[in-house]
Amino acid sequence: MHYHWNWTIFWDMTPEGTGTYLHTLLVGLGWTLATGLAAWVIALVLGSILGVVRTAPVKWAAAIANAYVEVFRNIPLLVQMFLWFFVLPELLPRNLGDAMKQMPPPWASYVPAVLCLGFFTAARVAEQVRAGIQALTSGQRMAGTALGLTLPQTYRFVLLPVVFRIILPPLTSEFLNILKNSSVALTIGVVELTAAARAMQEFSFQVFEAFTAATLIYIVVNIFVVFGMRWVERRVAVPGFIGPAVKGGAH
Amino acid sequence: MLGQFDFGVIERNLPYLLKVGMTFTLTLTAMVVVGGVIFGTLLAMMRLSSIKPLSIVATSYINLMRSVPLVLVIFWFYFLVPYIGAWIIGADRPVQVGAFLSSVITFTMFEAAYYAEIMRAGIQSVPRGQVSAGYALGLNYWQTMGKIVLPQAFRNMVPILLTQTIVMFQDTSLVYVLSITDFLGAASKVAERDGRLVEMYLFVALVYFVMCMAGSYLVRRLQRRIAIIR
Repeated sequence: MHYHWNWTIFWDMTPEGTGTYLHTLLVGLGWTLATGLAAWVIALVLGSILGVVRTAPVKWAAAIANAYVEVFRNIPLLVQMFLWFFVLPELLPRNLGDAMKQMPPPWASYVPAVLCLGFFTAARVAEQVRAGIQALTSGQRMAGTALGLTLPQTYRFVLLPVVFRIILPPLTSEFLNILKNSSVALTIGVVELTAAARAMQEFSFQVFEAFTAATLIYIVVNIFVVFGMRWVERRVAVPGFIGPAVKGGAH
Repeated sequence: MLGQFDFGVIERNLPYLLKVGMTFTLTLTAMVVVGGVIFGTLLAMMRLSSIKPLSIVATSYINLMRSVPLVLVIFWFYFLVPYIGAWIIGADRPVQVGAFLSSVITFTMFEAAYYAEIMRAGIQSVPRGQVSAGYALGLNYWQTMGKIVLPQAFRNMVPILLTQTIVMFQDTSLVYVLSITDFLGAASKVAERDGRLVEMYLFVALVYFVMCMAGSYLVRRLQRRIAIIR
């Protein structure tokens, strides 16, 4: 059992000649962040809307939002990735489907990956938002009504400002999940961090160096996100209302 | 518009999809639940241990597994297991490990970190007085854990453990990255051979959806039945 360790491999040029292996990994990290952040925008906006609708007193709308959550939570992410990438362009009207397939190289994979991760994570965000709203005492909602606010105003000015503060820790976890889940996009050709490590392993045969580096990068990103979100939590905390004690179990 | 599709491809390949693909997926899921919960419980006990080194090792392991993507872990173990195998039996070249065994080891090691956090919550949900009562009766650590704490912790956490298992059942589809023929892998092979991607992937999505919906429905029913009224 001999494995030849070579930790200086990161400073060697890749066979493609575009840069060092370290550069390959950092470009991969860039795509991980670009995929995760873009998908997070979709997830947060759509998830918040769905979460609100699920608690609103409009039966049919709540039923649709509930069905959305069930569908997107009960199909594996990888299968959803294939549905967006292989199946959707075939089901769309021909010219739109062709336009999706004929996007120039990184985008033909990147766009479906972002949509997939965004819609997948929206279901999870919706679940958190719903739980957050239901965790509030019903007096909050009644107070809004008693003040003469309309239903949308009650949500906007009374309920949601509190809810988003309560659910910051679980949202942090979901954001970390979206970054980790972006690795599934390698199956449809997005060269994010895991795919970059895999490419490095295939070209250099230095398996364990490549994967160790990728692992360390993921850990560093995790730490940055966790500390960043703690800072946000402190910034938005309402003094004397939702204290830091509530946020102990961030991640 | 659906005229150009041939859903008969599903029927023609159903025996292959179920016998080869779904059998792999379900066997893998079953073995990983057992292995993952056992290893996860040990990790949780280590994490809660008063012996500092044990607790540090378990905590680091759990945090490490939870901060990297499963896909990367699958690649790690795929390359690492042959070396570990060689090290165990003292061979001087990496041993060949089959796709199935490699997947079982990978998912057990990965899911154990998630099961461990659930079991930790379960153990912590047992009132402290129960532990003291065990020691007062003269039981040692293993007896107190095995006869008093773990049965209650396990019972409290069964619904969450099963929900995590449904998530894990979905995650096993990621063995696709190693070209293993699980349910999705089998479907994908048929899809590419016959050029029937749309039909096969829609079918796969439907099957997973129905199975997971049924699973979560059963978990909810079980939850109501075994809930302890305090």
